Amino acid sequence: MDTAFTILLDGLVFSSYLFIVSLGLTIIFGVMKILNVTHGAFYAWGAYTAAFLIGLAANAGWPDWAGFVIILFSAILVGLVLGLILERGILQFMYHRDEVLIVLATFGSFLVLEDVILLVFGVDPYFAYQPMALLGSVELGGITRDTYGLTLIGLAAVVAVVCWAGLKRTRWGKLISAVIFDREMSETMGLNVTRVYMVTFTVGAMFGALGGAYVAPTISVAPGFGIDVIVLSFAVVVIGGMGSVPGAIVGALSVGLVRALAVHKFPQFELFIVYAVMATVLVFRPEGLFPPIKLRKI
Amino acid sequence: MTLLRDRTVQGLTIALGVMLIVSALVPSWIVNQLLFAFARAIAVIGLMVLWRTRLVSFGHALYFGLGAYTVAMLGRFTGITDAFVLIGAAAALSTLLGFLLGFILRRYRDIYFAMLNLAFSMILYGILVKTELLGSTDGFSVAAPTFVGIAFEDAQDGKLALLFVLLVASWAIAVAVQGYLRSTLGRLTTAIRDNEIRVEYLGYSAEHAIHIKYVLSTLLAGVGGGFMALALGQVDPDSMVNWTASGELVFVTILSGPGSVAAPFIGSFVFEILRTYAAEWMPHAWQMIVGGTLLVIIFFMPGGMWALAMRLVGRGKGHGAEGMGR
Repeated sequence: MDTAFTILLDGLVFSSYLFIVSLGLTIIFGVMKILNVTHGAFYAWGAYTAAFLIGLAANAGWPDWAGFVIILFSAILVGLVLGLILERGILQFMYHRDEVLIVLATFGSFLVLEDVILLVFGVDPYFAYQPMALLGSVELGGITRDTYGLTLIGLAAVVAVVCWAGLKRTRWGKLISAVIFDREMSETMGLNVTRVYMVTFTVGAMFGALGGAYVAPTISVAPGFGIDVIVLSFAVVVIGGMGSVPGAIVGALSVGLVRALAVHKFPQFELFIVYAVMATVLVFRPEGLFPPIKLRKI
Repeated sequence: MTLLRDRTVQGLTIALGVMLIVSALVPSWIVNQLLFAFARAIAVIGLMVLWRTRLVSFGHALYFGLGAYTVAMLGRFTGITDAFVLIGAAAALSTLLGFLLGFILRRYRDIYFAMLNLAFSMILYGILVKTELLGSTDGFSVAAPTFVGIAFEDAQDGKLALLFVLLVASWAIAVAVQGYLRSTLGRLTTAIRDNEIRVEYLGYSAEHAIHIKYVLSTLLAGVGGGFMALALGQVDPDSMVNWTASGELVFVTILSGPGSVAAPFIGSFVFEILRTYAAEWMPHAWQMIVGGTLLVIIFFMPGGMWALAMRLVGRGKGHGAEGMGR
């Protein structure tokens, strides 16, 4: 019983993290049909920026809770700057080209941004434990966990609701839905698709950076850690169905829970099982478990 | 273009002769560079064959790593050290796996093809990283090979012998792939890229052609990985099986360009040299160089280094056009 609860709890925390990281990837794919490898770099940049600023703030004697404001600020800053640079500087010239070439271009950008991190922040790891230390730990049903980790679940829920409301209840969300549905028709109706692309990519980048920024306090932020995140979030997005937001929730929950189960019961299968699930889904349901609805065009 | 006589095979044979002489004369560090470059180039030829159909695999490190680990494990657990047997085993295993997975993968295109390959390769990575017996993330070392019973006392002589074997193997593979590309089946490569439905209407099965292409690429990746294990004397999951290793292979493919079977050898050698000097002069800018080069090629030189070389030699017309299209 205790193990089951531990697995569930750890799985939920990990799923929440995966959901936040993968959401941006799936939104970008849904709207722009771009498989964005650079997402791993957004994540790493978010983490580095947050860890660096939290360290500065701590040295300047700011209170520990300021860390949370800094995390949000870092995500927005990184998303705005890098998202805009990449979309305006590179991707906008590629929209008429092959999907696969765009993947390669984002892969190239990812490699460049990874090294720019080293140039800007150096090779030494950063620690930004203050927000985590502030919240301490809590006992739930006999097991002790960091409160900070548990707040991830809350953050994921908030992000999911914000995303849902943003897509369904705002004018921008409706514009984005229209572009997802039929790009050419939206353009014909006078919709500025270029701007929708720009906004989507920037918002997607912000979510990627938010994932990194929020995780930063729980780890030592060191070079090269965006690499694993890319394939993990690919797995999430593929399992749920590329381009689908509910799919990202399902994908994150599947990967998170399966991995937690493996970590506690069969640790040697921890990585294997995630990709086995990914491959199985791709083989039997290439469009994912929750494929976005497609119109049949004549 | 087809009216021109194809002189690729003659060119390759001359190149082989030159390379055999050159490698006997150059200092040992260049022998090592050549070993790495040619081992990787063999795998890249396979990816180039796929790339001509506009298929990109982000998971060929699966076969590259499988080849490398086959060689390493045979040497470690059975004591077999004969290079020919080891490479043959690597080729056989990776081809078998490629043949089986090919039944699934031949139905996939575009990013789904890339992703499913990625997923399969990460499964192997996940297993290797967690297997203590195989050294987990550290990997383990590979014994120096023998050649039909001949063992070399001096490590450097052994490397040179390996390079000779590798050069001859590269020549044979390049000639065979050239023959394949000029056959009807090989010519379907670009036809499938341009319009798969029309190929079907001609009476050919695109899936079947892609399956053959895929098996060929896995065979070459396995052989390349096997040679790489012998050349490095070491195998480990992160540099051979992780998705970044697949990315490296894809990068060298794009860098080389799809213009000729000789292109991967040039591209791969440039890659090794670049890496050596980058590690020395700008240790933290290696990925930036790779990424930046990738972007430059995608935007400005769709034919890769081969097209660039041809333009310098003055035979540019028509060759670069086989590049990436729009």
